[in-house]
Amino acid sequence: MTVLADPALAADARRERRFFLSLSLPALFIVGLAAILPILWIIRQSFLTTGGDYTVGNYEKVLSSGLTWAALVTTVELSFGTLAFCILLGTPLALALASVRPRVANLLMAFVMLPLWTSILVRTYGWLVLLRREGLINTALTGSGLTAEPLPLVYNFTGTLIGMVHYMLPLFLLPVYAAMRDIDANLVRASASMGATLAQTIRTVILPLSTGGIFSGSLIVFIYTIGFFITPAVLGGGKVNPLSIRIERTLSTFQDWGSASVLGILLLVLMALIGMMFLVARRLMARNKFGTAHA
Amino acid sequence: MLEAYPDNRLARILLWSFCALVLAFLMLPTLVVVPLSFSASDLLEFPPRAYSLRWYGNFFGSATWMAGLRTSLILGTLTAMVAVPLALLACISINRLGGRTALAIQGALLTPSIVPGILLAIGLFFVLAAQRLVGTLFGVLVGHVVLAIPVACIVLLPALARFDWNQVQAARSLGANWARAIGGIIVPQLQISLLSATLMAFLTSLDESVISIFVASGQNSTLPKLMFLSLRDQIDPTIAAISTLWTVIVLVAVLIVSLRQKS
Repeated sequence: MTVLADPALAADARRERRFFLSLSLPALFIVGLAAILPILWIIRQSFLTTGGDYTVGNYEKVLSSGLTWAALVTTVELSFGTLAFCILLGTPLALALASVRPRVANLLMAFVMLPLWTSILVRTYGWLVLLRREGLINTALTGSGLTAEPLPLVYNFTGTLIGMVHYMLPLFLLPVYAAMRDIDANLVRASASMGATLAQTIRTVILPLSTGGIFSGSLIVFIYTIGFFITPAVLGGGKVNPLSIRIERTLSTFQDWGSASVLGILLLVLMALIGMMFLVARRLMARNKFGTAHA
Repeated sequence: MLEAYPDNRLARILLWSFCALVLAFLMLPTLVVVPLSFSASDLLEFPPRAYSLRWYGNFFGSATWMAGLRTSLILGTLTAMVAVPLALLACISINRLGGRTALAIQGALLTPSIVPGILLAIGLFFVLAAQRLVGTLFGVLVGHVVLAIPVACIVLLPALARFDWNQVQAARSLGANWARAIGGIIVPQLQISLLSATLMAFLTSLDESVISIFVASGQNSTLPKLMFLSLRDQIDPTIAAISTLWTVIVLVAVLIVSLRQKS
C-alpha cells in the first residue's frame, strides 16, 4: 500500500475500503441467520424446559443416561474406524496415482470422482442392494460355497462402516494425492541411487513428505464423520446409534428439544476436542521432523 | 515417481492389484444400481432376468415423487440464484480487501461447511419453529444457500484473482457507478466461472439431504428426503430408477462444468 499524503485521497481510500467491506455483508448476514443463529439457539434451547423455563435438568438427564455415553463411544468408533480404513486404502492408491503419468492418473481419478459426485442416498441404496442377506455379495458367497450361511453385512456396525468409508475415501484421497504429486521425483531418485530399497524410500522419503496431505485428509474425515447421519440411519438398521442418530430420535420420537440440544452441544465439544488433538499432534510431528532432520 | 525402481515388478503388481480392488469398491454401489433400475421384477435380483421400464414409469407416474422432483429442481434453481450473486459480491470484497479482514470473511463464510449437518439442521429447525416457518420452502432455501455460498466462492475466488482490476477503475473513472462496473465489466468477463458456480450451487442444493429431512415437509419435501424415508421402510426398485436418473443428471452437470473450465 502506498502512503497517501493528501488527506482527501486518504479519506477516499477509506471510503472505498468501507464499500468493499459492505459487499460481503449480504453473504455474512445469511450465514449469521442460517448457521450462527441456529447454533446459538441450540445452546439456548439446551437450558430450557418444555414449558420454556430455565433449567439445567436437560444436562443432568442426558449426562446421566447410559445411552448418551454409548452414543459417544459409537461416534468415536465410527470416526476412527473410517479414518483407519481411509488411510489403509487411500494412501497406497494415492501413491500409485502419483507414480503414473498425469494423463493416466486423471483418467483413473474419474473412478474416484464418480462416487464423489453421486448422491449419498444413491450410494447408500447401492450398498443396501449389495450387502443385504439376499444381496449380491451374499448370493455370490453362498453360491460359490465360500460360506454356508449369508453373512450379516448390513443393518449393523459393519454395514455402517462400509458405507462411511466409501463416502469418505475420495475426500481423503484428494489432499493425499495432491501432496504426493508435489513430491520432487529427484528426491526419490536420489534415495534409490543411494541404495535405499523401495520400502525404505516409501517409509523415509515419500510418507514423511506426504504427512501434510494425510493430516488434511484425516481432518476432513473427522469433520464429516463426527456428525454423519444418513449412513448410520439407513445402513445401521436401528442398531448403530451415534450421537447424530440419538439427536434425531430424541427430537422426532420423544419431542424432547432440550435433551436433543444437549446432545448437539456434546457433538460440538467432541469436535472441538478432536480438533485440538489434531493441532497438538501436528505441532509434535513438525517438531519431530525438524529433530530428525538435524540428527 | 516410482520409476526409480524399475526392477520391483512384484511390488508394482501387488500395488496395482490392490488399487484395482479399491477402485472397484468405489465404483460398485453406483454401478450396481443401473441394471436394477431396468429390471422387470419386484425382487432386487441381480442380474435381472427380464428388463423393463416399469420402475421409471412408477416414478414418473407417482404424484409424490413428482412433487419431490419439482421441489428439488425449484429449490436448486432458487439456491443458485440467491447464492451466486451473494458469493460474487463477497468474493469481490475478499479480493479487494486482502489481508486479515479478507481471511476473517472467508473463515466466516466457511463455517457452515465445517459444522456437522445435523447441528445446522436441528438449529435451523428450532429457529424456524419459533417463527412458524418449519415446512416452508424458505426454511430449506436459507439452509441450502449457506451451504452453496462457500462452494460458489471456491470457483469464483481464483477467477477474480486472474481478473485485471484496472478495467473496473477505468470504467469508474469514466463515470460508471459500481452497479454498472460490476454488471458491465466483471460479470461478462467471469461468465464461464459464474456458470460453473451456478451449476455447483444448484448441485449442492440438489444433493443436500440432512437439512431437508429435518426442515422440509409435506408438499415441500425434496427428492432426497423422500428417498431417505423410503429407504428406511422398504427397498423398492423405483429408488434404483430415481438413482440412475439422478446420477445421470449430476454427471452431465459436472461434465459441463469441467469442460467449460478447460476451454
